[in-house]
Amino acid sequence: MSGVTQGALVLANGEVFEGEIIGAVPSDGVAAGEVVFNTATTGYQEIVTDPSYAGQIITFTQPHVGNYGVTRLDNEAGRPFARGIVVRELARRHSNWRAEDSLAASLQRWGVPGIAGIDTRRLTRVLRDTGAMAGAFGSAPVAVLRERANREPGTSGVDLVGVVTTDKAYQVGSGRFDVVAYDFGIKSTILSCLSAIATVRVVPASTSADEVLAMKPNGVFLSNGPGDPEMVSEAPDNIRRIIDAGVPLFGICLGHQLLSRTMGARTYKLPFGHHGANHPVRNLASGTVEITSQNHNFCVDTSAIEGLIEVTHINLNDETNEGIRVRDARAFGVQYHPEAGPGPHDSRYLFARFAELMDAR
Amino acid sequence: MPRRNDLSSILIIGSGPIVIGQACEFDYSGTQACRVLKDEGYRVILANSNPATIMTDPDFADRTYIEPLTPEVLEGIIERERPDAVLPTLGGQTGLNLAMDLFRRGKVGVAGTPELIGANAQAIETAENRERFKEAMIEIGLSVPRSGIARDMAEARRVVDEIGLPVIIRPAYILGGRGTGIAASKEEFEHVAANGLAASPIGEILIESSIVGWKEYELEVMRDRSDNCVIICSIENLDAMGVHTGDSITVAPIQTLSDVEYQKMRSAAFACIRRVGVETGGSNVQFAVNPQTGEQVVIEMNPRVSRSSALASKATGFPIAKIAAKLAVGYTLDEIPNDITRKTPASFEPTIDYVVTKIPRWAFEKLPGTSGVLGTQMQSVGEVMAIGRTFTESVQKGLRSLEQGRLGLNADPGEANYAGIGDVELLERCAVPTSERIFHVGEAIRRGLPIQDIHTKCLYDPWFLDQFLAIIEERHSIEANRGADPHDLPKSLWRRAKRHGFSDGQIAHLIGSTEVEVRAARLDSGVRATFKTVDTCSAEFEASTPYHYSSYEDENEVRDSSRERVIILGSGPNRIGQGIEFDYCCVHASFALRDAGFETVMVNCNPETVSTDYDTSDRLYFEPLTYEDVMNVIEAETAASCGHEPKLIVTLGGQTPLKLASQLPAHLVAGTSPDSIDLAEDRERWNVLCASLSIPQPPGGTAVTFDEARAIAWRVGYPVLVRPSYVLGGRAMQIVHDEAALERAMRELARDGSLGREGGLSAERPVLVDRFLEDATEVDVDAVRDHTGEVLIGGVMEHVEEAGVHSGDSACALPPQNLPAWVVEVISSYAISLAHALGVIGLLNVQFAVLGTTVYVIEANPRASRTVPFVAKATGVPLAKVATRVMLGATLADLRAEGLLTAPVTGHVSVKEAVLPFNRFPNVDTALGPEMRSTGEVMGIDTTFGAAFVKAETAAGTILPTEGLVFLSLADKDKPAGLVVAMRLRELGLGIAATSGTADYLSHFGIEVDEIVAKVSEASDMKTTAVGLIEAGRVAFVVNTPRGSGSRSDGQAIRMAANVNRVSSVTTIEAALAAFNGLLEQRGRQVTVRSLQEYHSAVVR
Repeated sequence: MSGVTQGALVLANGEVFEGEIIGAVPSDGVAAGEVVFNTATTGYQEIVTDPSYAGQIITFTQPHVGNYGVTRLDNEAGRPFARGIVVRELARRHSNWRAEDSLAASLQRWGVPGIAGIDTRRLTRVLRDTGAMAGAFGSAPVAVLRERANREPGTSGVDLVGVVTTDKAYQVGSGRFDVVAYDFGIKSTILSCLSAIATVRVVPASTSADEVLAMKPNGVFLSNGPGDPEMVSEAPDNIRRIIDAGVPLFGICLGHQLLSRTMGARTYKLPFGHHGANHPVRNLASGTVEITSQNHNFCVDTSAIEGLIEVTHINLNDETNEGIRVRDARAFGVQYHPEAGPGPHDSRYLFARFAELMDAR
Repeated sequence: MPRRNDLSSILIIGSGPIVIGQACEFDYSGTQACRVLKDEGYRVILANSNPATIMTDPDFADRTYIEPLTPEVLEGIIERERPDAVLPTLGGQTGLNLAMDLFRRGKVGVAGTPELIGANAQAIETAENRERFKEAMIEIGLSVPRSGIARDMAEARRVVDEIGLPVIIRPAYILGGRGTGIAASKEEFEHVAANGLAASPIGEILIESSIVGWKEYELEVMRDRSDNCVIICSIENLDAMGVHTGDSITVAPIQTLSDVEYQKMRSAAFACIRRVGVETGGSNVQFAVNPQTGEQVVIEMNPRVSRSSALASKATGFPIAKIAAKLAVGYTLDEIPNDITRKTPASFEPTIDYVVTKIPRWAFEKLPGTSGVLGTQMQSVGEVMAIGRTFTESVQKGLRSLEQGRLGLNADPGEANYAGIGDVELLERCAVPTSERIFHVGEAIRRGLPIQDIHTKCLYDPWFLDQFLAIIEERHSIEANRGADPHDLPKSLWRRAKRHGFSDGQIAHLIGSTEVEVRAARLDSGVRATFKTVDTCSAEFEASTPYHYSSYEDENEVRDSSRERVIILGSGPNRIGQGIEFDYCCVHASFALRDAGFETVMVNCNPETVSTDYDTSDRLYFEPLTYEDVMNVIEAETAASCGHEPKLIVTLGGQTPLKLASQLPAHLVAGTSPDSIDLAEDRERWNVLCASLSIPQPPGGTAVTFDEARAIAWRVGYPVLVRPSYVLGGRAMQIVHDEAALERAMRELARDGSLGREGGLSAERPVLVDRFLEDATEVDVDAVRDHTGEVLIGGVMEHVEEAGVHSGDSACALPPQNLPAWVVEVISSYAISLAHALGVIGLLNVQFAVLGTTVYVIEANPRASRTVPFVAKATGVPLAKVATRVMLGATLADLRAEGLLTAPVTGHVSVKEAVLPFNRFPNVDTALGPEMRSTGEVMGIDTTFGAAFVKAETAAGTILPTEGLVFLSLADKDKPAGLVVAMRLRELGLGIAATSGTADYLSHFGIEVDEIVAKVSEASDMKTTAVGLIEAGRVAFVVNTPRGSGSRSDGQAIRMAANVNRVSSVTTIEAALAAFNGLLEQRGRQVTVRSLQEYHSAVVR
């Protein structure tokens, strides 16, 4: 049919997937990045606009994407940082009372390229078996795409936080606590959860502990963010000093990884990460299972720090760490996304827990 | 929390016969539960009256009671077995209602009695009592539609004054929405409210502000003892509120809710299950959403596994019933592994990377008098499910799975029916929910009518309408190639069309070619089906369970294997005439072949069944049963075993696979050859065969036109039996008494009639016109013949009703009760010689009519019949398993040596009785005839025929009178037998009411009736008629036998009055005789219950 531009997605291992080009046209006609998949069936807008996807191309396993349109209310950040999206079927028409625009138009506006018509299940199976890997898509010849995929550095050893963090501090919310939130790529759903309990001062990732402590916060929050925690090299020092100052501290996702690294833990890259809204996590204190929203490629190995921390949550699919509490301190973190957006709200109690910690101080 | 060791025996209550709203999904859930609990080491006791179920196979429980599902009987079972617990949540509404009855009688759920596990009485009461449910939801902050409860009309009027019209009226404690209706005016309200009060077993209705037109959603929730909750599946209804969800086309997962809205709904579902107090297991929570504002309200909750949970299990690969059974005995979700991934726990939420569409199938053509308009009361008799990567692919696969002659969303010969409909009328039709609406919407879009106008009429969400538009646009681009050689079409077109779900048949129709040519050209271009896997996790983890569906993608996931494989073709959607019995046979085939070392492959599209459980067979293909889709499976299976071809079983799934047999590669068909199948169906070849064997047949012939039919009728004399070939369940079968009726019957069968959609008439598919044998006794035989020529007579069943009542609608007894031994011998020898002559290898069903001393053969079918499971339960011989092994080459002698084939058990009488759907269709005449209309069956077993018959009647829901008046109205030919009935009534101390004719007749023989009523057609005041007497609640039972021909109006009015007023009735004199003889025999005796295992081990005294 007219108006359709044929294209292809090529993975670094040489696998080729044919499809049709959608979304924004990338500057040189090729979009490249680390290809990951997300298995959530709702929440495409939150996923695309989540800054943690900086440097990545997101494959949606849900075949129909864009059905209920897009609304400003569901943006997780001012603009997306994802390098592109891969879908089976992009909605031609959306339908929902909340919608303000279509996903197709929004991709153009956001500058996010995409490719549709892909056998996303085959792609997911490749990524599952081989691990997340670099890829490139566009209307360029396959040889060009392959070359670009091979040049793509991936997310290990790359500083992506610097790209997504805020330039200057700003304030949101009006709760009874004062919280300083380190922005490593913070999602707006986290901000709205924090806002319910606190006045939140969002600061750039590079803000020093001195500056933070000078604000005399009731608590400090370490946000989610993209990429390799090892690359956020100045964070552990700052976190250590905040913990030592006795300020309650809560970290989510990258924030959790940074807290763990501060305590001396190792972080490592999972083969294809956890990206979805159905991961079972056991709360070890209560024994119950929470269905969680997850989005991470890197993970904490707590074996070296078991004396210093208590493991509070584990993933029931692969037993990886999902949460810690620092012994003799008021600091805790979870690997998953209790704020959801998108995903289940089973774990929102953690924000109340943060409030309790601040109350107890 | 691990397994509960304080329990050792558990009683599972089954759901009884298949009825509208409660079908084989409960066999699926019950079978899973039995398996799980047995594996866990519990002693399992099962009560279910339905012999056609897998769960009532004696292997699935330690004690299987095929007994009527009444509180009295269950009390007897509990007394005998002393179970520690009763699990009521897997037997549908029947199971819940019985549990509540037993609770109220103090027999379960109270100290010193079995514990109710799964859901306790309080939880059931909270969910099922609408007032309590509403209060509970408001208490936890959820919105519900404004409503009020009423227990009489005065109260009902007060409620409606308060909340205003329009309203929905729902009776309490009902299943499938029976008695539910919408009222927009005062008049409608009076009518619907009265109906609802009558339908509720506790005489209570909920009157609810109508939210017709809102979007409808369902969530399947599970909860364990540690309060872990998960959603297994989210479902969106294509049809807006106002159409019962069982009658709606539904889609999984939800397509048009944002994450924000979905999570709100998810949290509400958890709050709901927690508040209701379902401790463990699955529940279904229904929501309505205002499409303009997003307002969400909770509609209802089922605290048990349901039809939707069966669908959800098949849609996701997460076995809800199996897990629910484990949770009921103490496990928590995280302690149970996910069957499919094996490496991850069941405490997660399945996520799917495909689209599932469920489409109901109705039987209005069999129920003249129904409007065919869908509403809040469920009317469908079955459903199909289809899986596609996209909605367009899924919905088109679903439509062709229905087997109603449609090849997808129009673009087929069937769409010719819309040519005569103007645009305005077409739009109006889009506004009326019927089985045809989706096709009307498709046609309206094809004509280019504004989508907005169509939306306003049908209220389908605009996203779905756009999907239909995408199908229509693709149709236009295919149609642009009309007249082209299919081999010239580009690969891109093939791929796009197939990815939108177009069947080869649709493409052939659009370009003017044939299905076979299209298929060949498409395969040449390299576009072939790829099979994906249902894995609960969107490929995040490796799946160990091969549950496949076709799509047109890059990659095929069928794994190679070198074992010898057998493909079993299932029976498709449940319909009247073809239901659970055939699924039983297919499942048995799979079990038998697996045990014998074959690799088994199941193909079916019915989500309710055991056959589509992913662990019934080695591999499951959830696919339409069409030539194209079955060939795809055969090719994929062949490719996955290095070109070694599989065998095909086509004779166990009813007419569905049998119809395909002639198109499929003949050399692959196991057992009886397609040519023999044709020999039995082809009237001329069959006549020659019977003549050569000197087996008498009723005189007759075949006709394609009325003139031909008339000529036959002249030759053989009226009445004649008219029936189309290649149909099951007596579809469109009629007894015709004169020429005018013959002409009507022939017109009905021609292309413009309702049967036309199923193919119409042709030389290949003529009408059979036979002399009808009045007053003959009908006999059914199921037999198995092996390749050495040995024939096993599985069972000879004598029908209670005379010939002329469809075998599926008549009661029958095994062994025969009234046939002389020599007649049974003649019947057996005829069956054996027919089996030889047809070259049967496998099952053969033969129907005979015995008139005087002559045994006529009516028809023979070299396939599984509806009675195979009944025979197996009655005799203990696993007929379907034996037949399957025989088809794959074993001999009966081999199977005897192996121990599979044992000698039949004798010493008791088994009665099968049909269960009819008339209580849902008040405008349908309940008189039985040659067209089958029953949806299910029950079985009664006892030491005498009388006791077994009374059990069967009780199980079927017939309330036999113990006091009060019995109304007799008899056709002349039935009067002598009616005299005997009247004598029995007197002996039983029952009163008799009759019309003057019957009363006069009886008084000749010294029986004076207690009440003489006027004829309906002659009375000026209805109160003086039988109808008046019934409406006044003065009649306890009705015996009304229709006159052979002429006016049926009197009897019809009486039968319908009885139906509407829930007065049990029989419409044949034979059934009346059997019932009252049985009652007399049973008088003063306690009903005894015995398990199948006891009968089969012949310990019965």
